[in-house]
Amino acid sequence: MANYYTDHPEIAFYLQHPLMRRIVELREKGFADKDLYPEAPVDYEDCIENYRRILEVVGDITANIIAPNSESVDLEGPHLENGRMIYASKTVENMEAMRKAGLTGVAQPRRYGGLNLPNVIFSMCSELVSAADASFQNIWSLQSCADTLYEFGSEEQRQKFLPRICAGETMSMDLTEPDAGSDLQRVMLKATWSEEQGCWLLNGVKRFITNGDSDIHLVLARSEEGTRDGRGLSMFIYDKRQGGVDVRHIEHKLGIHGSPTCELTYKNARAELCGSTRLGLIKYVMALMNGARLGIGAQSTGLSQEAYNEAARYASERAQFGQTIEHFPGVYDMLSRMKAKLDASRTLLYHTAAHVDVYKCLEDIQRDRALTPEERAEMKKYSRLADAFTPLCKGMSSEYANQNAFDCVSVHGGSGFIMEYKCQRLMRDARIFNIYEGTTQLQVVAAVRYITNGTYSEIIRGLLAEPVSAGMEPLRARVATLADIYDASIAAVKAFENQEVQDFLARRLYDMTGEIVMALLLQRDATAAPELFAKSARVMTQMAEETVSGKSAYIRAFKAEDLDAFRVAEA
Amino acid sequence: MTLKIVVLAKQVPDTRNVGKDAMTAEGTVNRAALPAIFNPDDLNALEQALRLKEKNPGSTVAILTMGPPRAGEIIRQGLYRGADTGYLLTDRLFAGADTLATSYALATAIRKIGGVDLVLGGRQAIDGDTAQVGPQVAEKLGMTQVTYAQEILDVKDGKATILRSIDGGVETVEAPLPLVVTVNGTAAPCRPQNVRLVMKYKWATCPSERPADDPHAALYAERPYLTLTQWTVADVDGDPSQCGFAGSPTRVKSVQNIVFQAKESKTLTASDADVEGLVQELISEKIIG
Repeated sequence: MANYYTDHPEIAFYLQHPLMRRIVELREKGFADKDLYPEAPVDYEDCIENYRRILEVVGDITANIIAPNSESVDLEGPHLENGRMIYASKTVENMEAMRKAGLTGVAQPRRYGGLNLPNVIFSMCSELVSAADASFQNIWSLQSCADTLYEFGSEEQRQKFLPRICAGETMSMDLTEPDAGSDLQRVMLKATWSEEQGCWLLNGVKRFITNGDSDIHLVLARSEEGTRDGRGLSMFIYDKRQGGVDVRHIEHKLGIHGSPTCELTYKNARAELCGSTRLGLIKYVMALMNGARLGIGAQSTGLSQEAYNEAARYASERAQFGQTIEHFPGVYDMLSRMKAKLDASRTLLYHTAAHVDVYKCLEDIQRDRALTPEERAEMKKYSRLADAFTPLCKGMSSEYANQNAFDCVSVHGGSGFIMEYKCQRLMRDARIFNIYEGTTQLQVVAAVRYITNGTYSEIIRGLLAEPVSAGMEPLRARVATLADIYDASIAAVKAFENQEVQDFLARRLYDMTGEIVMALLLQRDATAAPELFAKSARVMTQMAEETVSGKSAYIRAFKAEDLDAFRVAEA
Repeated sequence: MTLKIVVLAKQVPDTRNVGKDAMTAEGTVNRAALPAIFNPDDLNALEQALRLKEKNPGSTVAILTMGPPRAGEIIRQGLYRGADTGYLLTDRLFAGADTLATSYALATAIRKIGGVDLVLGGRQAIDGDTAQVGPQVAEKLGMTQVTYAQEILDVKDGKATILRSIDGGVETVEAPLPLVVTVNGTAAPCRPQNVRLVMKYKWATCPSERPADDPHAALYAERPYLTLTQWTVADVDGDPSQCGFAGSPTRVKSVQNIVFQAKESKTLTASDADVEGLVQELISEKIIG
C-alpha cells in the first residue's frame, strides 16, 4: 500500500540530523512525561521510534485518503452560506481523518492534549500533507498558530484554548487588510476596551485570511487610538463561539482551491488580549510569521516531491522515437534538477527547523527556570542561525517548488496542458508559495543583513570545514572556490556604498547564498547516505557553479548608473 | 447500554496486490511472498464496533484472532484504532483448520470470554472467500445472525437495528442480542490508526512473539497492557479432535489455475425460446440448478 513517508526514504534520513539528540533531550525535559502519559517516550530511541510511527500514520493517511481526495477538493472548493464558510466535502473528510488519527495540536505539550512534537517532525508531517494536497496543508498547518498562543498567552488562555486545538478545532491568523499587505504597520482594524462588557471589541475588515472562518483566530488590531505605525498594534484572540465575525466573501483563486481565503467583517467582536498591548506586530506577529514561513518551506518541499514524482513517472512511461523520454538529455536534465531542487529544499528545511527547535526549546525551559550561561549562549547562537536560515528556506524552496511544477508540466509535453493531469494543479497551487507569508523579494530583504554582516559566509566556512567522504571531496573543493567568489561579490556590492544598488543586487547574492549552502548540506547528507543523496549533491554543486559564475559576473560588470535603465521613470 | 463486543479478525495474505511469485509451483498461495494484512472486510466490522463503542460509553471492543504468533500484529492493528483488548488463539493444534474447525475454535474462545453481546466479523476473508466462518460461529453459539450488514444503525433495549445489503437494494432488520453480524466490504471504511494509541501499544506483544532477549522486557512488568492474551486449545477448554487439521473435514484434492477468457459468444434475442434454451444449457452445464 502506498505510503508518502516510507515511499520516500530521504525524509527518514533527517531523523538522524546531528541536532536531533539535543532537540529530544530539551523537548522531552528528561522524559518526565513517561509516567504520566502512556504514549510518552521513555528514552531517546523510544522517542525516535514514536516519531517514525507517527510519520508512518501520516504517510498512510496522506497517500490513501488525502491524495485521492485532492482532485475533488480542487474542483469543488469551499463556499459561502449565510456568512459562514463551508469546506469542500472531501476537505471535511480529510479533517476528520486527521482528527481521528490524533494529528491535531501535535506540537503542543502533552498536558494540553498535544503530542509534544518538535518543529522538525511537525514540518515532516506538513511536507507529507502538502504532497497529497497543498490546499489541505494550509488548513492543517495553521494549528501552529497555537505555538504563538502558547508562547505569549497567559496560563489561563493556554488552558482555555490549547486543549480545544488539540481536539481538532482550527485556527487562523488574521493579519492582512485591504491596505495592509506586505506593510502590516498600516493595519487599521480597531480594538477598543469596553468597560461595560469587560472585554475588547474588534471592528473593521480583514482580507485574504486563510481559513478565515476558523474556530480560534489570532487577530492583529490597533489598540492604541491615534497611532499610525506598528507600535500601536496588539494581538487578540477571537473565539468563534463569541460571534461577531462574518465571512463576507471567499476569493476565487488560481490555485490552492481547497484552502478558503476569506474576507472578514468584525462587528463588535468580543476578543481577549494576547500578551501585552503594543507588542502585537513587533514581537508576536514576527514569531507567528517565522513559524508560518517554515510552514511554507514544508508546503513547498512536499509539492516539489509530488511534482518530481509525477514527472518521473510520466517520463518513464511515455515513449517517443522508440524509447521512453526519460532517456533524452533534454528530459533527464529537467528531471535531475527537479530532484536536486527537491532534496536541496528538504535538507535546508530540516536544517532550519532543527535550529528553530533548539532555541525554542531553550526559551521554553527558561519559562520554568534560569538557564545556565552555556544554555544562554546556545539559545542565542541557534536563535541567530534560525533567523538567518528561515528567509533562505522560505524563499529558495518556494521558488524551487514553482520551478519544479513548471518543469513537471514541461515533461508532460502537450498532456501537461490538459486539465485531466495533476501537474496543472501543482503549477497553480505552487504559484502562491513565493508570494504569501512574505514574497521572495521580502525574504531577500530579511536575508540581506545576514549576507552583509557575514553570517552566511561564516555558516558556509563552517560547513566547508566539516569532513566529507572521499566521494564528496572533489565537489567540496569546487564549492570552496565558489565561496571565495561569493565573498568577493559581497565585497563588491558593499564597495558601491549605495543602498539602492545594494538592494537592487541583493537578489543575486541571495540566490548565490542559497545554492552554495544547499550544495554543502547535500554533500554532508551524501557523506552519510550516498545512495540517497550523491546524485543530487553533484547536480546541486553544478547548479551552484552555474548560478555563482553568472551572478558574480553580473555584479562585477554592474555600475551604479546602470540603475537608470531599470528604474521607473519619474512622472 | 454498555456492550461487550468481540471483533473476529483474520491475518491474510494481501491478495489484492499479487505479483508474479504469488503462487507456489504446487498451486498454493505463497504466503512468504505476500504481505500479511488485516483482512479488509474485518476492518469494516471493526469500524462498526468502534462506532457502537462511541455511541454507548462504557462498551468494550476486543479483537479475536487465530493464527501463528505473528498474528499478534492483527491485535495491535486493532488496538491502534481503538479496540480495548485482544485475544490470540495460537497452538499447533489449531493449525490447518478449515472453516468448520476455525469457527469451532472461535466459538469456544467467545464462550471463554463470556458475556459477549455482539460478535462482529467481516463478510469474508480475501484468502478463502468462503463467508462461512461468521455464520458457523453463530450456529455453534446458538446466537442469532445477521449477514451482509452495511451499517449497524442502533443497539438498544437488547435489540440491534441493522441495515443489510440485498440484491438490488437494502433492507432494515431488527435482531435480539446476543448477536453475530457479518459486515460487507462496502460498509464505512475503518478509521485510520490513532497516533497516541500507536505510541502506547507499539511494543504490545503476545508472549510467544517475544525474543529471548527482548529489549522491552522491563516495560512489560510496569505496563500490563503491553502483554496480549494468548490462548491454547486447553486454555479455551477446546476439544482437540474438533480443532485444526484433525477437526477439518475439508480435503484439497487438487488445485487448478483457471484463466478466465471468453472463447466464443452467442447473441440471444429476448424471445421466450432463446431464454428457455439458455436456461436449459446452463442447467445441463451445471452452471446453475
